[in-house]
Order: sequence, then structure tokens, then C-alpha cells
Amino acid sequence: MNSTAARRVVPDAIARQPWEMLIPLVMLTAFGGLVLYSAGGGAMQPFAASHFLRFLVFSVMAAIIAAMPRDVVRAVTYPGYLTVLLLLLAVEVVGAVGGGSQRWLELGPVRIQPSELMKPAVVLAMARFYETLPLGMVGTWRSLVPAGMLIVLPMGLVLMQPDLGTSVAIAFGGVVVMFLAGLPMWWFLLAGGAAVSAAPLVYFFALHDYQRARVTTFLDPESDPLGAGYHIAQSKIAIGSGGIFGKGFNNGTQSHLNYLPEPHTDFVFASMAEEWGLVGGLFVLLMYGLILRWGMKVAAQSQDRFSALLAAGATATIFFYIAINLLMVMGMAPAKGIPLPWMSHGGSSMMTNMICIGLLMMVNRWNQRTPHRGLAG
Amino acid sequence: MRFPFLGDGSLRRGRVINATILRATFERRAVLIGAVQGGIGALLALRLGYLAIAENEKYRLESESNRVNLTLIPPRRGWILDRNGAPLASNRADFRVDLIPERMHNASATIDRLGELLALEPTRIADIKDKVSTSRGFAPVEVASGLNYEQFAALSVRLPDLPGVVPQRGFSRFYPTASSVGHLIGYVGPASAEEYEKDPNPILITPGYKIGKDGLEKQFEKDLRGVPGARRVEVTASGRIVRDLETREDVQGAPVRLTIDGPLQDYAARRIGLESGSVVVMDCLTGDLLCMASMPSFDPNSFSDGIGSVEYAMLRDDERVPLRNKVLKGLYPPGSTVKPMVSMALLGQGIDPNDTVHCRGGLRVGNRVFNCWNRRGHGTVDMARGIYQSCDVYFYTMAQRVGMDPIAAMARRCGMGEEFPLPVTSQFYGTVPDPAWKMKKWGREWQTFDTVNATIGQGYMLSSPLQLAVMASRLATGRHVMPRLTLDTKPKGFDTIDFPSEHVEYVRQAMSDVVNGPGTAGRARLPIKDVQIAGKTGTAQVVSLSISNGRTGPWKYRDHGLFIFFAPFDNPRYAGAVVIEHGGGSGAAYPIARDVTTFLFDPTKGMEALTALEKQWGGTAQQRLDARYATYAAERGAEVRRPPRRDEEIFDRVEAEARVAATQTEAIAEDVITPRAEANPSATPPATTAVSPEQQPEPAPAPPEVSE
Repeated sequence: MNSTAARRVVPDAIARQPWEMLIPLVMLTAFGGLVLYSAGGGAMQPFAASHFLRFLVFSVMAAIIAAMPRDVVRAVTYPGYLTVLLLLLAVEVVGAVGGGSQRWLELGPVRIQPSELMKPAVVLAMARFYETLPLGMVGTWRSLVPAGMLIVLPMGLVLMQPDLGTSVAIAFGGVVVMFLAGLPMWWFLLAGGAAVSAAPLVYFFALHDYQRARVTTFLDPESDPLGAGYHIAQSKIAIGSGGIFGKGFNNGTQSHLNYLPEPHTDFVFASMAEEWGLVGGLFVLLMYGLILRWGMKVAAQSQDRFSALLAAGATATIFFYIAINLLMVMGMAPAKGIPLPWMSHGGSSMMTNMICIGLLMMVNRWNQRTPHRGLAG
Repeated sequence: MRFPFLGDGSLRRGRVINATILRATFERRAVLIGAVQGGIGALLALRLGYLAIAENEKYRLESESNRVNLTLIPPRRGWILDRNGAPLASNRADFRVDLIPERMHNASATIDRLGELLALEPTRIADIKDKVSTSRGFAPVEVASGLNYEQFAALSVRLPDLPGVVPQRGFSRFYPTASSVGHLIGYVGPASAEEYEKDPNPILITPGYKIGKDGLEKQFEKDLRGVPGARRVEVTASGRIVRDLETREDVQGAPVRLTIDGPLQDYAARRIGLESGSVVVMDCLTGDLLCMASMPSFDPNSFSDGIGSVEYAMLRDDERVPLRNKVLKGLYPPGSTVKPMVSMALLGQGIDPNDTVHCRGGLRVGNRVFNCWNRRGHGTVDMARGIYQSCDVYFYTMAQRVGMDPIAAMARRCGMGEEFPLPVTSQFYGTVPDPAWKMKKWGREWQTFDTVNATIGQGYMLSSPLQLAVMASRLATGRHVMPRLTLDTKPKGFDTIDFPSEHVEYVRQAMSDVVNGPGTAGRARLPIKDVQIAGKTGTAQVVSLSISNGRTGPWKYRDHGLFIFFAPFDNPRYAGAVVIEHGGGSGAAYPIARDVTTFLFDPTKGMEALTALEKQWGGTAQQRLDARYATYAAERGAEVRRPPRRDEEIFDRVEAEARVAATQTEAIAEDVITPRAEANPSATPPATTAVSPEQQPEPAPAPPEVSE
């Protein structure tokens, strides 16, 4: 990229862009739009057009984020986190006043879902926290308790909504940052062990009935083929019946005849696989692989602790969406209500993922601007 | 070897942590995270390949079975035709709605909503709810048929909100003459859960599919059934049909051609009017059953969607037992209608018909006196007079000479006590008593009065209207006529000569004189030139004189009125029997026989007589039944008990009651019967509940009165 030949032919500003990520991203989004076109009954409306529009809007937003200087980001991280936390609190208050739970706030014409904003905000705040934590304190309780609070507070608020999936996603991003920040390994092993042994307790006392039903169904899909298990069974039928090359564009019967629930959001991958088959599925996996590999590469190339943790955390957040959604549609995880990035129809997940992309591009830009500073944190 | 990501044990050992170590830890752990991501990616790819390749076959099938819905098309049922090819049971294209209980979410709310959309009566809604709650889930429950297109369309657009509701176009069974053929043809209905379990054919639980439940519909089920068609359609998850893929037409069931004359059957049924009784008419040349009317009856059209509780209660509560087929399952003492048969027995025993008996109104045997119905006596009576004046003393005397056995043998030869090879679900065959029978059944010796009772068709003697009609045709032709009900069975019995022709002619003439001579049924003369009817009256007593005089008082104690007949008398073409239960005497029976015979020879004239009568009765039989139902439902609709769940229980109950009813006369069989006045055209069955046709001025010219 920095070769003289490239600089001569292509303008520097264009050559500098992370094309190894942007090309897969655009292809993925375009492919997603194609699937939504089919899921919409072979028309741009109601899904495909707004999908493309959102992608454009959030691309601009990502570009703006990417242009932010390091110091500004450092300065606004904590206030930003606090703002999102207050918004989450506001959701609870509005929900309590309005009678009934809700997950979003109406701000004029836009409806924002603070729990989505919280995913990148937690990653930012955690990265910032471990940047400022004196190195000697890593491995002591002071490295754990404040960071734990940063995760537990939003998690608790999101759980109250109640939204188990998002709160786990928030925790996942935060814990990955903790892990990479170098906290002792045995803490994680201990926590993992505790989580496994606490799972039955959580299952019987903490989960809502519908959540428990999802877990039961996941463990034994035949237990309720027309109820909770129906979704996953139909999704597997869609994917399996697609075969290697699929039934062809606009020919999916599972999605077009409404057997597949939510063919445009949670189960968009099944819609896609039905029409495009294994080939389409592997293409999607490859695109995600390229994007995530780039994200991890950005993290590895980062010169300072903040950038590295931020890039890795943002990548982990994107990964969490992809992994849980795909595991779910293939019948390997309980149905969660987590959409597939850049393919599912829906503004919130598009926003979250594009913020993460924006943050990654920002770190990537910092990496290019700043000469390698060696090992300085 | 050290695992790259477990190398940070150093932190625990309190080694100095510096940026380099942390950076190394970061890089190791980033590799670990990348590896986990890659691993999950590989896992997903493998899983995807497994689903799409290894399990492709299975899921493709499942996807197809999701998408394609196979529905069976109930076959159109074969028609039941009369002898001229006119339908007695046909199919009518209509729109219908059924429920499949196991597919419903909120049964009660759905049924209420349907009731609203289709404007169903509250009792009908209650019936449907009851059926849905007791059904097995898979068996469809009919909500309504014969809907108009608007109702059907209104329902179809609301289907997504009404799970378990199946509206469809189809055919429903239609009986044009309704209650006139109820007992004969039977009716159809959905297969019961028990029937489905016995024969788990999916067509049986297809909404709209009906099987024969009673009568000929049940008897000819195999022929009438047909072969179901099938329709493959593409459907959405909510069951909406997207398009037809393939349709295989159904094959209609084979028609059944009866010997019944449809218009005659209808006429006879209507002519019975307000009475309870039956009319059987046979063709003397073939044995064809032209008419087997039994009234009052039920409307088989309204039974085909299940027997409603109000309707069932109304039919149950009626003492005239509209659910009993009286032609086959009504057993009555034949009364004096046996006298021509007894005469034939006497002739066969060599009694000279010109031998006379002097009737003084009674016959003393030992220390007992057996009365004639005419207490003043008939004077000198020969066989012919014994028949046309129905002199009991003549027959008492002659029966003493020949004994019971020849008479019983003759009764059997004439069809009494016989079970005929007819395609009917069941028939009662009555009793021809003789000494051996009495000893076996009751353990008692045969007495003189038993013979006396038997010669006038009382005592233990019981026969069905069908048997009486066969007796009439055998007497009229002298041949062993066998009745037949379908045109594809061979006429039988015509090669067997039962009686010498001179005997036959003698009895014919005497029976003609019953009507056309100085006999007991002058009013039975046909209003047609050249055609003369011959017959024999009978009045059968059902309770002892101390309980009822037979003409007034409680309906069920009144005498039965009977009449056997054939016409024309000199060259018999038609023969038959009319039995009116508790009609108060033979006067209730023979005017019906006269009008039915008139209709056979001159339909217009017959119809005029009926139209005049029906004006007085308040409409045709079907109109009166409908009106009665409306009144009953309005009065008692709220308090009815529900009908038995299985139709078979109804049949068993009806049959058991018919058997009990047939034993009514046993109570008086052990005593001497004091015969009732035989022909009583002036007899007026009291009009507490029924208006007898005999109360009305007769349209026929009044024949010379016969002294009683």
C-alpha cells in the first residue's frame, strides 16, 4: 500500500483505505440486500431498500467516527459511557411510567435502543480503563472491581428490560477486553467454572418462562415441534433443503410461504441458504472471516494499549453477533433474537456493527498515521 | 511444552509486570481469540455442509411436506333411484363448514364467532359445542351445510383468525321427498370415532365425508361410496392455499335402483296424514315393492349433519315413534285381515265353501261363548259371506273342524312369520302361534280359545305390514310371490303355485264383495270406472275391554285399523296393506288404501283427494314436521337432554322399544277376544290429539251402508 507504484496510480486518500475489509463488507451487505429482496416477496420494499439506505447512512457515521483523533476519543469515552448508561436508566424509567417493559427511547423521529449503543461504549470504557490502570496493579483486585462495575451496571439495566441476549453481548465484549488486558488466567477459568455450575440455578430461578422454553427446546428440539422448537426446526429445514446450490433466487418455499419465522431478521441466513445453498453459506462465512481477520490484524498492529484493546473488543462484539446468530439458525444454540450483521433487516444492529467498524477504521487510521512507537503503552 | 496462552503464570508469582510482558500476553491471547473465532467458523462451515449435503434429502422432503398439502376430495355418493330413474336420494352442490377440534385454539370462542357469522340458532351452537367437547379431536364436526356464497366468502376471508375451521365446496346428500322416505332410505352422517378406529381410512375423517347410517344408505354403503379424489395444493404456513398443483377427480359411487315408485311412496306417506301407520304396495306381477311408507317420520336431510338435540328430543317424546320404521319393525295383530287366508286354509282342508253356519251373534263351545262382532248375528253364513261380512262365528266354527295346524301352516305359506330376503338393516318377523309354539314359549297347552283368537288374527298372532302386503299379493295371485326391493334382483316365487285357481277366484270374489258388494268396506270403492279393488278389513284390539272401548280414550289403547287389498280384483296387478296404529278401527285404514290405489291408476284424481285433506291437516307431512319442530324448539328448546353420542345407541333403543311395543297384545292373548265392530265408517277416533280423516266428509260417493 505504501509502495511508490500504488501511490502514483491511486490517490493516497483512496489507497489508504482498508479495502481488505471494505470490499467484503460491501459484498456482504449487497448480498444481504439481495436476500432481503427475495424475503420481501421479490421486491425492494419493504426490506431491501431500507437495508441499503441504512448502510449508506451508517457508512457516513462510520467514516466520521474513523476521522476522530485519539485525544478526543480518550476525552469523550467516559462521558459517552455515562450518557449511554443514563439513557439505559431512562428506558427503565419510561418503561416503568408507561407501564410495561420496552427497550427503546423515542427521540423525535428516531427510535434509539441504548442497549445497542452500550456494546461499543463498554468496549471503549474498558479499553480506556485498562489504559489508565497502572501496570503494576494488573492482577490485583483494583484491576477487576472497577472494570467489573463498568460491565455489571449496564448488564443489570439491560437484564431488567429484560433482554438476556444483549446483556450477554455486552458482557462478552467487556470480558474479552479484560482477557486481553492481561488479567490472570485462573480468574477466567474460575469464573467459567462457576458459570457452568451456576447454570442450573440460573435456569430454574433467574430465567423467564419463554427463555427457559428456548433452552429446553435447544436441548431437545423434538419436545415441542409446533411451539418454540418450530422456529429452529423450520430453519434447519430451510438450510438443509437448500442443498449445495440452493433452490434459486426468489424460489425459497420455506421463506416465501411463511414456514420460516422472521425470514428477514433472525433467520435471514436460513432464507439465504435455502435459495443459495451451501455455496452462498460458505461465501457469507468467508466474508465474515475476512472482516474479523482484518479486525484482529488492526488490533495486533496497534501501538498503544487503548487502541489494541479497543480494536480487539470491537471485533469481538461483531463476532459475538455472527457466532450466536449462525449457531442459532443451524440449531446449535438457543434462539436468541440476535440478528446477523449486515444481512438482517434492522437499524439497531446495523448501527452497532457500523460503530464497531468505524472504531476499527479509526484505530487503523491511527496505526497508519503514527509511526511504530515500539513498546510504549 | 508451554502453551502459548497459559504462559502468564508469571503474574501470579508476583513477577514485575511491565509493558512488554503485557504486550506479549495480549498478543498470545489475541491469537487464542482468533483461534476460537476460526474454530467456530470452521464448526459453522462443517455444520452447514452437514445440513446441506448429508441431510439434504431429509430436509428437502420435509420442506416439500410443508409446502404441499394433500386433501382428499370426498367422493360423490351414488344416487338412490326409484323404478323410473327419479332420485330418492341425490347430491346437491353446496358450501359447507366443518370444524376439526384438535386444530382449534379456543373452541368456544371460535364456535361463537362462527355462530355470529352464519347466524346459527343458539340450540345449534350448543349442539356443536357439545359435540366438539366430546369428540376425539381428529373427527370433523359439521357446523353447517347449504351455505350461500356470501356466507362462505365471509368465512373464508376470516380463516386466519379461525384455526380448525374448514370451509369447502362439496356435495351434500339431498332427499327430495324428505320425511316420506326417511325410514326407507335412512340417512347419512359423518363416521364416528369408533368407525374410524375400526377402519383407519383417512377419508373417514375428511370433513364433508358421510357414510350411510341407517336404512338403504347403510345397506348399500359399499356400492354408494365411490372413490375419493385428491388435490395437491401449495399452502402457506397459515394454511392459505397459494395454488393448485394437481387434482385427481373423485369417482362417484354406483347408483342403486329400487323398485320403489317415488311419487307413490310420497303420496302414501302424505296420505297417512295425522295418523301413525304404514302403507305397503307391491306389484303382483314381479313382487316389486312399490311403496313402503311409514309415518310419522324424520327428515333425513336434517339428520345428515348430526341429529340435533332438540330434534331428537321432539322425536323421542312423540308417542307415535317417528324413529321406528313401522313397515319392518311394527308388529300388529292382523285382526280379521287373516280371514281370507284362513278361508284358503279351509278350502285346502276340503271344506265346501257353500257349507253354511248359522250365526246368532256368538258360538258356544263347552261352557264358553265366543262372540261375533255383530251381536245380533249374521244369520246363515257361507264362506263368501263369512269373508265380506267378516262373520267371526263362521270362522270359529270352521276352525274347530280343521284345527289350528293347517291354519298356522297356511299363515306361514302366506308370508306371516317369514323373514324376506330384502336388503334392509333389520326386519321383525312376528308370530304365527300354534300348539307347539305355545308350549315352547309359554309352557302351556293350546286351548280352544287360542284357535278362536288366531282365526280372527288376535291372541298371539303378530305380523308386520310388509308381511300383510305379501299375504295380499299371494292370495291375489295364488303364487308364492317374493318381494324385491332392487331392480337388479330377480323376481322370485312365480313358478310356485300356492293355491288352486278355483280357490283363488273364490276368495278374490269374496274380497271384492267386501268393497264392491254387501261388505264391510263400502267406502273403499275406487272412484274410477272399470277398476275394482278387493280387500279385507281388520280391527285389532290391543287392550281388554275393561280398559278401553277401542275407539275413544287414550290413544295408545285404541284399536289398530288394518286393511289388505289388491286391484283390479279379477286380474290383480297391485296388492298391499295399510296399517294404522291405534286408528280406532279399520275405518282409519281402508280410505287410505282406496286413495293410494286411486293414485296408482289415476294420479290426478288421487292427488285431488290428498290436496283437499292436506288443507285440513295444515300442510304436507314435511311442512307439518317443520312447523312442529319450530313450535317444539320454541317451547322446549332450552330444556332438552342431549342425544346419545352414537347413532347406534338410538337405533338400539328404537328397536328395543319396537320389541316391547309388539308385546302389548300379549296381555290379552290369554283370554277370549270379544271382536270389535268390524267395519265402522262412522267410527270417529276421538280428536284429542289427532283429527282422523274419517271425521271429514268423504269425497267418494257414499256406498250402501252395511249393517253392522
